[in-house]
Amino acid sequence: MNQRIPVTELTSSFRGRATEALADGQLRNNFRVAMDSLMQKRADAFPDEQEREGLRELGNHIKARALSRLPDLLEQLEAKLTENGVHVHWAETTEEANRIVHAIIESKQGSQVVKGKSMVSEEMEMNDYLADRDIECLESDMGEYIVQLDGEKPSHIIMPAIHKNRRQVSQLFHSKLGVEATEDVNELIQIGRRTLRKKFLEADVGVSGVNFAIAETGTLLLVENEGNGRMSTTVPPVHVAVTGIEKVVGNLRDVVPLLSLLTRSALGQPITTYVNMISGPRKADELDGPEEVHLVLLDNGRSGAFADAQLRQTLNCIRCGACMNHCPVYTRVGGHTYGEVYPGPIGKIVTPHMVGLDHVPDHPSASSLCGACGEVCPVKIPIPELLQRLRQENVKSPDEPAVVQGGGAKYSWKERALWRMWMALNTRPTLYKCFLWAATRLGKLTPKNLGPWTENHTAPVPAPRSLHDLAKAHLNAGQNRGEQP
Amino acid sequence: MNELFYDAAPNATRVAPARPAPREYPEKPAEVTLFGTCVVDLFFPEAGLDAIRLLEREGIRVHFPQAQSCCGQPAWTSGYVKEARDVARSQLNVLDNGLPVVVPSGSCAGMFRQHYRDVFAEEPATLKRVDDLAARTFELTEFLLHVCKVEWRDLGQPTQIALHTSCSARREMNTHLHARELLAKLDKVERLDHDHESECCGFGGTFSVRMPEVSGAMVLDKTRALRESGAVEMVTADGGCLLNINGSLEKQKQAFRGRHLASFLWQRISGEGEP
Ligand code: SF4
Repeated sequence: MNQRIPVTELTSSFRGRATEALADGQLRNNFRVAMDSLMQKRADAFPDEQEREGLRELGNHIKARALSRLPDLLEQLEAKLTENGVHVHWAETTEEANRIVHAIIESKQGSQVVKGKSMVSEEMEMNDYLADRDIECLESDMGEYIVQLDGEKPSHIIMPAIHKNRRQVSQLFHSKLGVEATEDVNELIQIGRRTLRKKFLEADVGVSGVNFAIAETGTLLLVENEGNGRMSTTVPPVHVAVTGIEKVVGNLRDVVPLLSLLTRSALGQPITTYVNMISGPRKADELDGPEEVHLVLLDNGRSGAFADAQLRQTLNCIRCGACMNHCPVYTRVGGHTYGEVYPGPIGKIVTPHMVGLDHVPDHPSASSLCGACGEVCPVKIPIPELLQRLRQENVKSPDEPAVVQGGGAKYSWKERALWRMWMALNTRPTLYKCFLWAATRLGKLTPKNLGPWTENHTAPVPAPRSLHDLAKAHLNAGQNRGEQP
Repeated sequence: MNELFYDAAPNATRVAPARPAPREYPEKPAEVTLFGTCVVDLFFPEAGLDAIRLLEREGIRVHFPQAQSCCGQPAWTSGYVKEARDVARSQLNVLDNGLPVVVPSGSCAGMFRQHYRDVFAEEPATLKRVDDLAARTFELTEFLLHVCKVEWRDLGQPTQIALHTSCSARREMNTHLHARELLAKLDKVERLDHDHESECCGFGGTFSVRMPEVSGAMVLDKTRALRESGAVEMVTADGGCLLNINGSLEKQKQAFRGRHLASFLWQRISGEGEP
């Protein structure tokens, strides 16, 4: 386990990976079954539509208000945490964040790290960074542990191993851990547990993420179901929490509705098994807890999103995963197709800020804008609207200023010329009618093969007469005009 | 619950367009404008004509301005703002006569009602006209149900159908509710539910061209669910979905087909085309 974990080789484009994923019947089935059950669980968790909508409205306001005071809240958080004895670090890039974490581990001469589930550490590719420096970083969340064993990345932000079924996990444990193959879920969990328990005691440093950072009290709040997060943050002598700067909220009262929205939207739970609130290292008279607590606050493009009033809404996200659970595209292709840390609808709107639109040029188009994501988002992020906005940024010509880094990645003068023609057609009635005339008369001559579209469809054939024609004839004939037959 | 709403004041950031609030409906007007939509114009003109017939049957005089074309949605959703805005402006001009505008396609009606504000966000001077158009715009089933308050006699044979509603229309115009209520007025028509009813059919305008593989998987699932519902045919009030679903069914060589709701309704109440 001590060597660098190879990341699954992926075809380079979203479309390419999507095609591969679609061909994998097992994968499609795993996702469909899992997402259907998650959708049902969420629906059951919000039996009262009015309460749900009121709560979402409130969640949106709390987050938007926190964001409107983001710089102040972050300062307040830092001051309060420092007062509580927590070391606060700032990182603009993932590289910087990794350096900070590494320096902390080095100062303790540490070589073993256990990590609770944290998407920000995935964003940093912390495991690889540390492995390159001979530090073993073990995932303690069962799902994360499974994907780590298999050298993969998480395919869902809440359930990292959702793409694998019981049989696949059994085979993986059998081949990697040398245990007897079993498909009993409890047995599988016990196998993972036994391996991890030992590691908790040996680890020099525990790393975790943060769900909410509370400015007023200087509290780091973490939710989890397995108890491994609690182990990672209390057993090793040093605890390092990493989080994006958008996770800060004003006070503890703000957290109550957000927490309820988070757990109900994610897994349909009224609350998680563990809610950890960390406000500092072990005090003199306390029996357990780490001697040292650090918080690394990561920007990684977030302040860029913050600068634009519309795109700022991406920072509302509380990482519940509901948008991907309800996304018809995600359900079909799974999380790995997105090729980035954050998959699904939320990934499509936050990833461009982190890595640039030019790295994920297909992301904004990989949506039918059906709106399911925006409808379920507990903090009311208008995801379809933001996708549409990113499409605008994507096709901007190089001489227009880029709002998102890598903007203009999909600029193509040919495509623009096509839309210009479309515009000319649709703003000049005579031209439009000439087009209708030609299309309807020559309809039968339209090509039968329209590229990939006709793999799944027959080519659409225009009607012999347009509605413009039919309506004119009908209305001129004065049939039934305004009279009851 | 209410004490949780302490001081969370609304802020300037826009929030997701919520489901449309219940709308106040006007008295039935003497005249309306029909906005045909480009897909109906070219591919399902009969449905547009049937929409006119349905309105005329309610004693309404229908205008069809020949200068109309497309609402601008394809360019707007593809990110081509300027092109979308120019096309939208030309529709604003065409539809400026103050009459109610009836649209036989929910997503185009939604474009007028919900998105023109964003299309013209940088032109505050135009917003008054945009709001005026939005207030006058009705999706066909909504108009028949709530403004015309239709009462029909079902002249057709007993049948079973499945209803498909486009995602944007359902979320922006409540078309699913209106269509259901209209269909419930036909006593020999049974509406059957299908699996994953509110899931997207995979059309999404240029999405189906840019991501044909994913879109193809979506439409395959949708057509299967529709067929497995046991219905004889599918009806929908949205041209784009109809094009997508029928194109896929034809490719699969299935006999099952979809039809525009306007045509279905007209046939039921006029008795035309019945054996
Ligand atoms: S965008 Fe909304 S639904 Fe998606 S993960 Fe974030 S909070 Fe959850």
